[in-house]
Amino acid sequence: MINSSLTQLGAALRSKQISSVELTQTYLDRISQLNQILNSYITLNPEISLAQAHAADQRLSSGQSTPLTGIPIAQKDIFCAQGWLTTCGSKMLHNFISPYDAHVISQFNNAGAINLGKTNMDEFAMGSSNETSHYGSVKNPWDTTRVPGGSSGGTAAAVAARLCAAATGTDTGGSIRQPAALCGISGLKPTYGVVSRYGMIAFASSLDQAGPMGRSAEDLALMLNVMAGFDERDSTSLQRETEDYARDLHKPLNGLRIGLPKEFFAEGLDNDVAQAVEAAIAEYKKLGAIIVDISLPNSKLSVPVYYVLAPAEASSNLSRFDGVRYGYRAPEYSDLSDMYEKSRAQGFGAEVKRRIMIGTYVLSHGYYDAYYLQAQKIRRLIAQDFTEAYKVCDVIMGPTAPSTAFKLGEKGDDPVQMYLSDIYTIAVNLAGLPGMSIPCGFGANNMPVGLQIIGNYFDEARMLNVAHQYQLATDWHSRAPQI
Amino acid sequence: MSLSITDVKKVAHLARLAMTEAEIEAAQAQLSTIFSLIEEMQAVNTEGIAPMSHSQDLSQRLREDAVTEVNKRDAFQAIAPQTEAGLYLVPQVIE
Repeated sequence: MINSSLTQLGAALRSKQISSVELTQTYLDRISQLNQILNSYITLNPEISLAQAHAADQRLSSGQSTPLTGIPIAQKDIFCAQGWLTTCGSKMLHNFISPYDAHVISQFNNAGAINLGKTNMDEFAMGSSNETSHYGSVKNPWDTTRVPGGSSGGTAAAVAARLCAAATGTDTGGSIRQPAALCGISGLKPTYGVVSRYGMIAFASSLDQAGPMGRSAEDLALMLNVMAGFDERDSTSLQRETEDYARDLHKPLNGLRIGLPKEFFAEGLDNDVAQAVEAAIAEYKKLGAIIVDISLPNSKLSVPVYYVLAPAEASSNLSRFDGVRYGYRAPEYSDLSDMYEKSRAQGFGAEVKRRIMIGTYVLSHGYYDAYYLQAQKIRRLIAQDFTEAYKVCDVIMGPTAPSTAFKLGEKGDDPVQMYLSDIYTIAVNLAGLPGMSIPCGFGANNMPVGLQIIGNYFDEARMLNVAHQYQLATDWHSRAPQI
Repeated sequence: MSLSITDVKKVAHLARLAMTEAEIEAAQAQLSTIFSLIEEMQAVNTEGIAPMSHSQDLSQRLREDAVTEVNKRDAFQAIAPQTEAGLYLVPQVIE
C-alpha cells in the first residue's frame, strides 16, 4: 500500500479495500518507527489525523468524495494549520499554535485529505540542507549521513521513505526542486501566483511559491489540482480559469522542443550528475523530442541577485517577530528595545540572522540603488533570457542541483558554498516561471540525481505531461531507499 | 567588498538583533564574503532597464473598504506572550 500512487489509493478507498483510518494508522505506525532516524516530521497529532480519517471514511461512504479524500498528506511546517503547532523550523515559533488555516491547508481539508503531520524544514525556509532547522537536521533516507536538501527537506525525506502518500513544499530559490532531486522524488514549483500564499509564513514574498512533492508526475497533478486557484486574501494570487493539471498527461511527446542551456552544463557541474541528465535527454530523444541548444547568458547572475532580493524581503517580513503578539519572548530584558533585540537574537538562528542583516544593509539609507534596484533590473534581464529561449523551445531541461546529496556538516561554515547549491534553480524563481524536478538516475555512492524541467508561464500541464511520459518509459521514480 | 565593524553594529541595531562583540566580528567576516559575491552585479550595465518586482506585471487589486474578518481577539491573545484585559503587554515606554 505504501508504494501505491494517489490514483490507486483513491480507488482502494472508494472500493473499501482499505479505510482511511487504516491507511492513516499505517503511515502513523511507519512514522513512529522511522522518524527517530530521519527526523522528517516536527509535529504529529494522531488524534486530529485520525478524526479527519473517520470523517473521510464517512464522506467516502456517502459518495461525496474527491480524488484525495481519505489520503494522508504531510504539510511543510511553513503552512499555518488551525490547532497545529506551526514552527517554520524556528525557535521563534516554538509555541505557535496557529489560530487559522493557510489557504493551502483549507484546500486539502475541503478535499477531505488527511493532515498527517508537519514536516521539518530549514528555519524560515532559509537553507539548502535542512541543517538550519531549530528542530535538528533531517537525514537523507538513501544515506543517513547525508543531507536531504532544503528547505523542504523534511517533506522530501518523508515522501522518499514512504512516510506519507504525498506532501507539500515551498520554493523561494529551489526549496522544492533541490530536495526533490537529492531524495529521488518528484516536485513542482508552479508559476508565481498560481497557489495562494495566504497563511504560508513569508520569506521573500515576490519569490515564494507553494507546490506539491510526491513520487510521480501523475501524483503531482492531482495535488496541484487541489492546491491551485484564486484566493482574494493573497494580493498576488492570479485570477484564471480552473485547470485540470492531469489533462495532458497522456499526450505523446513527438516534436517536443527541449532547450538545453549551455550555462547549465558548464564548469561546476559534477560528472555523475551530468551523465545521468544526459542519459535522460537521450531517453527524451527516443520519445520523439527534438533538442535545441539555447543560452541563458544572465543566469550566472541569479545567485548574487537572489542574495540581495530575498534577504531584503526577508528582513522586512521577519520584522513582525518582535516578542509582542506571538512566538518567543526573551525571559529577561530591561526595556522595550532590549526586549525586541533579545527576543530576536535568541529566537532566530544564525542563518536567519545573517540574511536579516544582509537585507537590512542593502535596504539601508544610501545603498538602495546600488543593491536592491540594480538587482531588480538584472532580474528583468534574467527573465528576458527565458522569454527569448521560449521562442525556439517548449521546455528547458538541465540538472536540478550541481551535485548529489552532500554529507551532513560538509558545507556548515561556508554560506557562499551552500548558496551555490541553488545555482540552477534560482533563476526560475526570479523569472516567476514554473519548474520541476524528477528522478533521472543515480550518481556516485548510489545517490539520486534530479532532472530539472522548466516550463513557460502557466505551462504546468505540459511539464507534467513531459515528466509523466518519461516516467512511463523509465522506473527511476519508483525506486525506494532501503530503510 | 568588506564591511567595517561599525557597519555591522549599525545593521544589527537597525535589525533589532542583540549581538556580542564576538558575534559582530564573526558576522563581519561572513557578510564581507557574501558581499564579494553580490558585488558581481555591479559590473552589469542596466541602463534603460526597468526594475522587475513581480513576474506578472499586474496592478494591485482593489476591494470595497468593508470589514471581512470576524473578531478573533481571544484566539489571537491565547498565544501571546503576555496580555491583560484584552491588551498586549510590553515594558513601560512612557514614564
